[in-house]
Amino acid sequence: MFIPIYFWYSAFVIVLCGLLAISLRNPVHSVLAVLVLFFHMAGLYLLLQAEFLAAVQIIVYAGAILVLYLFVLFLVNLKEELKVSAFVPGVWLGRGIAAGLFVLLLWALPSFTAGMKGSWPSAAVTQAGHTKALGAELFTQYLLPFEIAGTILLVALIGGLVLAARVGQADRTEKTARSAGQETTPQPREEQS
Amino acid sequence: MHILILLFYIVILFAVVMLHVAYATYFERKIIGHMQVRMGPMEVGWHGLLQPIADGVKCFFKEDVIPENVDAFGFRMAPVVSLAAMVGALAVLPFAPGWVIADIDIGLLYIFAMSGLASYGVILAGWSSNSKFSFLGGLRSMAQVISYEIAMGLSLVGVMLLSGSLNLTTIVEAQSGTFGGMYIFPQIIAFGIFFVAMLAETNRVPFDLPEAEAELVSGYSTEYSGMRYAIFFMAEYVGMLVMSALGTICFFGGWSGPFAVPFFPALWFVLKVYAFMFVFIWIRATMPRYRYDQLMELGWKWLIPLALANIVVTAVCKVLF
Repeated sequence: MFIPIYFWYSAFVIVLCGLLAISLRNPVHSVLAVLVLFFHMAGLYLLLQAEFLAAVQIIVYAGAILVLYLFVLFLVNLKEELKVSAFVPGVWLGRGIAAGLFVLLLWALPSFTAGMKGSWPSAAVTQAGHTKALGAELFTQYLLPFEIAGTILLVALIGGLVLAARVGQADRTEKTARSAGQETTPQPREEQS
Repeated sequence: MHILILLFYIVILFAVVMLHVAYATYFERKIIGHMQVRMGPMEVGWHGLLQPIADGVKCFFKEDVIPENVDAFGFRMAPVVSLAAMVGALAVLPFAPGWVIADIDIGLLYIFAMSGLASYGVILAGWSSNSKFSFLGGLRSMAQVISYEIAMGLSLVGVMLLSGSLNLTTIVEAQSGTFGGMYIFPQIIAFGIFFVAMLAETNRVPFDLPEAEAELVSGYSTEYSGMRYAIFFMAEYVGMLVMSALGTICFFGGWSGPFAVPFFPALWFVLKVYAFMFVFIWIRATMPRYRYDQLMELGWKWLIPLALANIVVTAVCKVLF
């Protein structure tokens, strides 16, 4: 009895927080709504006995990524909201399209079917421990995709570093050029003509 | 029925921890007092023993001031978030065999998650106070917690490798209850990293930059008063307790001691935790504060590479021997 109630509570809060996140005026409040959303997602993972996933959901998404979002929000300090020209003419047309998409989604929902039973049904996962099952599977059967994902992340990391270093270097050369220019050409341009 | 018993345990744990928090402030003031050749609190009760209670009553009855231009929702929520996250972390701590509210398989990760969440309280307080001092304190705390959480997580990977589990009870049992079995010996480097990261995570001296009183008045809690300020204080002390308990469990064999104690099997655990708390306070009375760039350099250039090296060495040793 408890489990369906918990599921519906979590589902309701997730939808509510999703709506709040896009409708609140203050971006920091939106981030907080997303934080609550992540917690209820973690709750749903717990219902599926995916404890490791639930903990990682909170540590990575709530503990790291959202904090970085907050950091960016604070440092940028938006005084006035960005005004973007409307994508579709007319508010009601947009709402109609959104409602249509929603109906389409609902219509497509029954065509989902349960996938093949893997070697880890939930009873086996419970017995071995979710963390162990996940680790064993990830580092044996899915080792290659795992390594590829790791490499892609590394590429992104190095790319970010290179870009940051280049911007820093450009700043420095610009500054030195400016100071050097001031020293060598103190005369204003008007005298030359 | 089962739920009622669990609720009863939770209430007891909460009450004991709150009492601990009250007397931890007394403990701290007395120790620092004596280290600085003062007496510390002396007036209320014998040797000031009732001082924490007087402080609590005072804070409770003070007016709840909410400044005019603050973000009221965030301002009200921030202390609650801090305290709730830290109290939540208490649920998985095994104080003695069987003395644990939730004996879950991801105990260690759960504590990381909760300590990460606690930083939201500080950030929210800093932002919603609408004050430059508070805001700078919040930003500092955020950067500090992100940096040192990584080092702390990596330092405990060695312990996870040796015990083969994330369950805190299993980690204690894996240390075999003997003196030589404690993970402090094979994981001495990890313990050093853990200890430094622990000080930084709890915003204690020498890493108390978020509330550096010489530059930021009182940091993120500048605008707070009365009970809300006291709740931040409680969160800090519960955080110290959780981190001390984590250190005790992962490196000092948890509840195991030289001989079993009847009626109160948690005695050794409590003694070890209080030894940790004493060191926290000792450091506060001894060390000056770090400069901000030194803090970042220590975290990213020393602790994280060292922790990574420790993981590699531990894994290789575990495979070979």
